[in-house]
Amino acid sequence: MAESSDNFDVTIVTPSGSQVSLEVRHLRAPGSEGQFGVLRGHLPFMTALHVGALRLDTRDGRQIWATSGGYIEVLSNQVTILAETAEKADQIDLERAKAAKERALGRLAEKSTDIDIKRASLALTRALNRIKVSAEV
Amino acid sequence: MASLKQIRRRITGVKNTSQITRAMQMVAAARLRKAQENMERARPYAWKLRDVISSLAARTSSEMHPLLEARDAERIGIVNVTSDRGLCGGFNVNICRKTQKVIVEYSNLDVEIFTLGRRGYDFFKKRNARIYRNYPGVFQELEFSQAAAIGSEICEQYINGGFDRIYLVYNEFKNIIQQTIITEQLLPVEPISELEVAQNVDYIFEPDPQGVLNKLIPMHVNVQLWRVMLESYAAEQAARMSAMDNATKNAVELVDALTLQFNKARQAAITKEILEIVSGAEGLKG
Repeated sequence: MAESSDNFDVTIVTPSGSQVSLEVRHLRAPGSEGQFGVLRGHLPFMTALHVGALRLDTRDGRQIWATSGGYIEVLSNQVTILAETAEKADQIDLERAKAAKERALGRLAEKSTDIDIKRASLALTRALNRIKVSAEV
Repeated sequence: MASLKQIRRRITGVKNTSQITRAMQMVAAARLRKAQENMERARPYAWKLRDVISSLAARTSSEMHPLLEARDAERIGIVNVTSDRGLCGGFNVNICRKTQKVIVEYSNLDVEIFTLGRRGYDFFKKRNARIYRNYPGVFQELEFSQAAAIGSEICEQYINGGFDRIYLVYNEFKNIIQQTIITEQLLPVEPISELEVAQNVDYIFEPDPQGVLNKLIPMHVNVQLWRVMLESYAAEQAARMSAMDNATKNAVELVDALTLQFNKARQAAITKEILEIVSGAEGLKG
């Protein structure tokens, strides 16, 4: 791969064992304080990630990933994303996400204890995010 | 020489043992495959997280978080990771010996042991070593929540000043026939010392350093413990597999040797009988 001066490396790892490395020109990520973009030469930066979409512009086009949160470390030419989950838009299991959405909605309608509501609404956010991201392919 | 009956009984006994060891070898092999998979899945995340944390430790001042703060060591904790079950060769003994060496190394300080796995507990209990905490049976049901529980206890001990340094001693799974004993420092987090940190610029944290570090560093401890547990479990299965393989081979050899001995004894008995008959016949003739 030819070294291009305005690219940087992005590594995405998840606890379930997937690991991807990409050469990226521009990255947009859902930080805990809002969306932010990263170009090469960014100052060292660290934040938590929210449920949302990661947008990576590579030489071969744009990739969208759905993530369920985690942490991101940005160094000048190296970004590490420690994601709880990360799926590329075209690899999202849409059926599963829809089922999860229905399940979460069902739980919310039941109105059980506080913990359940919290968990269900988190699950709903994740499911909706997956559905949304997979529509962006 | 042992009687025919005795030899035959020994042969049957050794054969039975070899059946057991062979079965154990196969069970270990099946478990190993699963354990290896789990471990390989946990590794990349744990390693990346460790990289991030140690680069973070190198770039931020250690006052940012109590778990980054290195104190003069007075009281040291060693997490000794062994298995719950035996019959896996030198797996457990090697780990415990290593831990003993570390204890001797720091003999001028206050050293206490956290034992994961029953074998290590038994070893140190017998030798009246100072066991601070014992976590038996963690390998019966490997769950991340267990690693997290142990991790948060260790973090709390460190923050409250109970311990000034925590080491891990465990078997790293290298490949099926090899395990390496690893001693590494868990707390305080060691910053990367290499030249990589050319510019010691400050990190920008969002929303704030405390918020991020408070979650990230304990998570790092938990994830490392989890990885170590998976490593050790896989290494244990591999060690048991080769130990049982050796045992089976030895048993087969022993059966061969005993069979030879049995046949010799049988022949000797036959020869003796013929001699008796012949000499008896000779006696009648005369």
